[in-house]
This record gives sequence, C-alpha cells and structure tokens, in this order.
Amino acid sequence: MGKSLYTDNSNSETMRNFTISILSENSIGMLHSITIIFTRRKINIESINASDSEVPGVYRYTIVIKTIRSTAEKVVKQIEKLIDVLSSFLYEEDQVHYQEFSLYKISKKVLVAHPEIEKITSEHGAKIMLTEPEYEFVIFEKTGHRESNRKLLNELQPYGVSEFVSSGRIAVSKSKRETTTLMEQLENSKCNVIEA
Amino acid sequence: MDILSSSIEQSTDLLNQNENINQEINISVKNEIKKKVTGSEAVIMSLLEEGIQTIFGYPGGAIMPIYDALYGFQDQVNHILVRHEQGAIHAAQGFARASGKTGVCFATSGPGATNLVTGIADAQIDSTPIVCITGQVSSHLLGTDAFQETDIISISMPITKWSYQVTNAEEIPRIIAKAFYIAASGRPGPVLIDITKDAQNQIIDFEYKKCDKIRSYHPYPIASDQDIERAAELINNSTKPLLLFGHGVIIANAQEELKTFVEKAGIPSAWTIMGLSALDTDHPLNVGMLGMHGNYGPNIKTNECDLLIAVGMRFDDRVTGDLNRYANQAKVIHIEIDPSEINKNIHADVAIISDAKIALKKLIPKINPNNHNEWLEEFKKCSQIEYDKVNKNELYPEKGELKMAEVVRKISERTNGKAIVVTDVGQHQMIAMRYYNYKKPRSNITSGGFGTMGFALPAAIGAKMACPEREVVAFIGDGGFQMTLQELGTIFQYKPKVKIVILNNNFLGMVRQWQQLFFEKRYSFTTMVNPDFIAIARGFSIQSAKVTERENLDAEIEKMFSTDEAYLLEVVVEKEDNVFPMVPSGESVSNIRLS
Ligand SMILES: Cc1ncc(C[n+]2csc(CCOP(=O)(O)OP(=O)(O)O)c2C)c(N)n1
Repeated sequence: MGKSLYTDNSNSETMRNFTISILSENSIGMLHSITIIFTRRKINIESINASDSEVPGVYRYTIVIKTIRSTAEKVVKQIEKLIDVLSSFLYEEDQVHYQEFSLYKISKKVLVAHPEIEKITSEHGAKIMLTEPEYEFVIFEKTGHRESNRKLLNELQPYGVSEFVSSGRIAVSKSKRETTTLMEQLENSKCNVIEA
Repeated sequence: MDILSSSIEQSTDLLNQNENINQEINISVKNEIKKKVTGSEAVIMSLLEEGIQTIFGYPGGAIMPIYDALYGFQDQVNHILVRHEQGAIHAAQGFARASGKTGVCFATSGPGATNLVTGIADAQIDSTPIVCITGQVSSHLLGTDAFQETDIISISMPITKWSYQVTNAEEIPRIIAKAFYIAASGRPGPVLIDITKDAQNQIIDFEYKKCDKIRSYHPYPIASDQDIERAAELINNSTKPLLLFGHGVIIANAQEELKTFVEKAGIPSAWTIMGLSALDTDHPLNVGMLGMHGNYGPNIKTNECDLLIAVGMRFDDRVTGDLNRYANQAKVIHIEIDPSEINKNIHADVAIISDAKIALKKLIPKINPNNHNEWLEEFKKCSQIEYDKVNKNELYPEKGELKMAEVVRKISERTNGKAIVVTDVGQHQMIAMRYYNYKKPRSNITSGGFGTMGFALPAAIGAKMACPEREVVAFIGDGGFQMTLQELGTIFQYKPKVKIVILNNNFLGMVRQWQQLFFEKRYSFTTMVNPDFIAIARGFSIQSAKVTERENLDAEIEKMFSTDEAYLLEVVVEKEDNVFPMVPSGESVSNIRLS
C-alpha cells in the first residue's frame, strides 16, 4: 500500500546499530563524500574504519550507525549512488562477525604498585604489546566488542590509564558472497548503456 | 623530527613523479605519434569531441589559459559571455533542458566557482546534465589560502553527481570523457571538473576516447521480467488507476511511449511540474497538475484511486503533502531509474527500476486495452468544479486589475501552445504552468526542486540558444527578475530573441500569499518598491512595453511576438491575488482548498 515509511511503529523501526560495509575505488575525497550523506540526515557515526579489501585497489569502509531500519536502507542506497562506490551493504548485528581493537597505556610505576592489574588484563584476554625496554609504559592490547573493551577500560581507570584508543568496528559478513565474484559481476554488467 | 623526515620523503616522491612525466614527454617527441597540446587546448578539444558547440562562461585569473585556448577555437565553438556565473549555469541548464544535451559552463576559481553553487544545486535536484569546468590555483598553492583559492570540490560535493580535481593535464581527456558520460547517463546531473592552472599550461599528447563504462557506476538498471509482469497484472486488474508522470519521462524521451501506454489502458494521467509537457495539456487523459498548487481532481483522486502508477517522479513533498495521508488505499507501481528513490518517501508494491522509455515499452504489450470512462468522468466533474470556482475568473476576468492567468492564456493562444515556457519561482510560475496550454514536449523549463528565484532569465537565454527556431517565453515575477537582471546584458550582446514577460504585482507574491493565509496578513518585508523596468530595458537597448489596462493587453502581446528580436513586456497585475487551489503545507492532498 502507498503507506508512508515514517510512521511505522513496528519493531523494524526501533533504533539500533547497523553495520554498513562499503566497497569503493580508492579515490581522493571518498570518505568525505560518504560521511556527508550521514551529516545531511543528522545521523551520528558511531564508528568508522577504512582499510584495504581482499581485492587489490579496492577500499573497504566499515561504518556503524544507530538509527531505524528504513533510514539505514535509504542511506545505504544513497551511498551506493556515489559514482566511485562499487557496492554497499547493510547488516543487522546478527549478520556480521565483528571486533574492535583497543590499546591501553599504563605507566610501569603504576603496574609495579598494583600487581593485580595484570590479573585484570589477563582475565579480559588483553595481551602486553612489545615495546622498547626503556619505554616507561606498558601497553595492553585487546580485541573484542566495544562493550567488553570499554569494560576493561572502566576497570583499569581507577589505577590511571595514560592513554586509551580504540579502532572503529571492523566486520565481515556471515554471507557466502565472494567479493571477487561481485567484482566480476560489476565488470561484466550491461547496465552501463541503455538496453537496445 | 619524524613528521619532518616523512614529509621530505613525500616531496622527493613528487619530484620523481614529475621526472617520469618529463621522460614520457621526451619519448613521444622522438616518436611523434600523438598531437602535442596544452592542457587548456586539451579541454577545448575534448569538448569538441563531445560535440559541444556552446559554452556559457566568465573568465578570471585561474582559468585564463583555458580562455586563451578558446580564443583559437572561436570558429568551432560558441562561447557566451554571461554577466554573472549564476547566469552561466542557469543558461547551461536552460540549454540542457530545452535540447536534452549536456550544458557546459566555465568559471574561474574562488568567487567564480562559488557563484555557480546555486545553479549546481538546482541542476542536481532537477536532474539536469551539466559539466562545469572551473579554473583552480596552481597545484603547489592548493591549501595555502592563495588568492582566489577555494575548495570548490568539497563545497560542491553534496550537490554534484560527480566531481574531480585535475592537477595533471595527462588526465584531462579521460576525465572530461568521464564527466560527460556521468552527467548525461542514467539519472542526469551536474559534474564539476576543477583544473589547476599548472595543469592548464602543461604540455601533453592529446588522444580522446569517449567513456561508456565505469565499473562502479551502473546508470541503466534493467528491470526484472517478473516486476514487469506484476505491474501489468496490477494495471489490468485496476478499476481506478491514476498515472503520475515526472521529469523522468522527458529525460528518457518517452513522451510517445507514455501516450501509447495511457491511451491503450485509458488511464487518467497527472503531472508533476517537472513532467509538464510530456503529454499535451489538452490530451483527454491529461487530468492536470499534482501537488500544492495543482488541480483539484488529481489531488483528491490520489486518495481515491486503487492504483498509482508513478513514472519518472520521486514523490516530492510538494506533490504528496502529508505522507501519512497519501494514497494509503492504493497499490503503488514505481517506475524509476534511480534505485535510491524507491521506498524513499512512498512504499512501492512493485518497483520497476529502469529507464522510463524501456519500462513503458516493455509494459505496453502486456497491458489490456481498456477505458476507465466512469473514473475519468469523476476527474471531469472535479475539473468543472475547479473551473467554476477558480479558473474561470482567473482566465476570463471582466473587471478589476489584470490577472496573471489571463496574460498566460493570451500568450498561450498567441503562440498556439508551442513556445518553450521558462518560468521563475513564485505565483507566476504556478499560474504559467497551470494555464499555458502545452502542445509540444520539452516546453516547460522551471526550477522545480530547488525553487531558485532568478532562474528564468538566464535559463531562457540558454533555451533560446539551444532551440533558436522555437519561440521562448519567460514568465518572471518582479522579485525574481531583479535577482538576475544583469543577464539583459547578455541578451544585448548576443541578441537571443527571448520574450520576457514580467508579471509585476509589486510584491514577493508567493510569500505574501502565505503571509495572508497563514500569518494573519502580516506582510513582513514582501512589498517591492520597483524600479522602472522599461527604463532598464532601454538601457540595454531591448525593446519593451508596459501594460496596465486590459484593453491594451492583446495589442501589446501581438507587438511583442511580431517584433523579431528580444522583447520585454511588463504587465502590471493585481497586487494581492492568490494562487488556488492550494494544499496547505504539510496537509493531506485531500484537504486541497479552492479558496
Ligand atoms: C533565491 C530565492 N530566495 C527566496 C525564495 C523564496 N521565495 C519563493 S517565491 C518568492 C516570491 C517571488 O516573488 P516574485 O518574483 O515577485 O514572484 P511572484 O510570486 O510575485 O509571482 C520568494 C521570495 C526563493 N524561492 N528563491
């Protein structure tokens, strides 16, 4: 029915996290042209990551936003419309395997004064990163979901964390689709000219 | 330290790159295979390869090498020196809309480039193929706040279909070919190419190859047969279908297919202002205009039909009013080339993602011959109601001040409905589109999505240059005329025979109407104390006349059209006239008011 999409109060319209995975050409300004699509709709980007993909020369952006399904769908289509975007995918939380990577910097003095820190970090599965011996800090690294990385931070904070940083979410889909096949489809597509 | 050393590394990299380029040039000098030209010459030669004969532009420091190259190509390409870069882009838009070809404009860096911005945004929202070429400061000055440097790429990013900055002239032919392909294919739009001054001066080997494929860009989606079948089935089972046609029909050049389609199935058809003229106004199945100032029938029947067939239109809010109370009872077929428009505003039961012409061609053999005479009769009744309550007095007033609609009617009659009608934005725009009797496609040029006052005068110049054999009439308000009247200078210099009709109500009429209806007649800064338009026209040596009395109107219109040059006719019309019908902003189309 010609029903507006704005007022659907069903479950599909609850605010939640979506992962958007974008394959694009590696062109200058690409990140800007993607992010302004969110700016336009006043959508806050929860996290963003840019990296290589499995296809040489093709970039992958992984973006997490919190919004409703219909808005996420519209945004993804508008991203896909950008000339240099090869493809853009929208995932619910259960359609991806995802992680964030965090670093926690703590001074060696603190560590010596509070040996329990090592217990806490190992319980959280964090590892010590190798640094030069004369460096006055220890860096713990941890891979996990944002909440669990955050939890470790909360537990370390009373002792004093000199620096904390976390990557944006990186995610791979649970789908069986192969990017190389997708690339072939794009290369062989007949949609470049009007049908005869 | 670290930062310093890494930036040094980078700059040696750059040096090496330049050396490579130099080497390449030397090699081809020895072989003498290709033609050696400057980047600037390559720009003009690329435009010629694309069949471009008309450029609208304005020079300045950062684009001077390109202008210098242009000087040598004057016998092959016509450059129109406008009076403001906004005029250049609106003229290019008028050119593109009248001809279906891509419009081209040039501007210098900084203020030249930013003066294009309004027109770029306008072309983007109205899907108009435009290639803008801007000069830029030399590449070593980028990012340094150099004189007239502005980051036009970032500024224009949200309002272009694609943009690219050229810093190496080797890229020019390939990038321009890509620009033309992107601008005109699929859902058209504006493209901006920013070329640094050093690239304009660089010597390259010129070789041109047209672009027809980009692996990340698929402008012509192919609808599935299944969707075509489902759409045909809905159409064949519908008893109260209503077809809505938009700009997509004109862009796809699908006017004939649209006509065949609606005639075969007997479907009442209504237009968005961007779709106007795709089907003759007096076609028996043309039930009129949609939206805020559209006709009574198609608006209220939207909420009574059982099937909406939207062809090449995007359910703009000025068309739909309150989305929650829009066609809830109807199934929706959406034929649209841009996938991002599907389900954007209105849910489509069947989406045919395709060029409109191709989609209609596929549908025509699948739909059953039909008529919906009873249903069509309901539209006729609505038309009669509207005519009695509104149109009659607008078109044939017997006393009182002159009315915009009677001026439009008389000009429509004098031109046999065959002129290209260019409108500005405001009351006169709605009146012109409502009352001109369009009999030829591509005859309505207006700023639809953006509503840019000042659009009409330069757009009319562009339209006339694209179609010199057609009559071009621009209807402009006294407000909008003063936004770009400097383009009278362009008319003076190049003599396009445009007919300019200023419908002067001494108000910013449309805003005043809203103030009257929704702000208790508090006329906050909408009164216009106007200059002597006739004296202005005289200053530009443009023939002109002013009409204030009904009895003189016919003669003055006749004089305008029998004058074989540009002409300005000022018609003083009723000051506080309102455009009706009207769907108040944010209300349902069913709440359309006749007074
Ligand atoms: C550039 C720009 N500024 C402001 C507006 C808002 N606006 C819309 S219609 C209108 C009044 C137009 O007055 P006029 O040109 O005299 O035409 P009329 O409505 O009287 O026919 C205004 C100010 C606009 N559309 N464009």
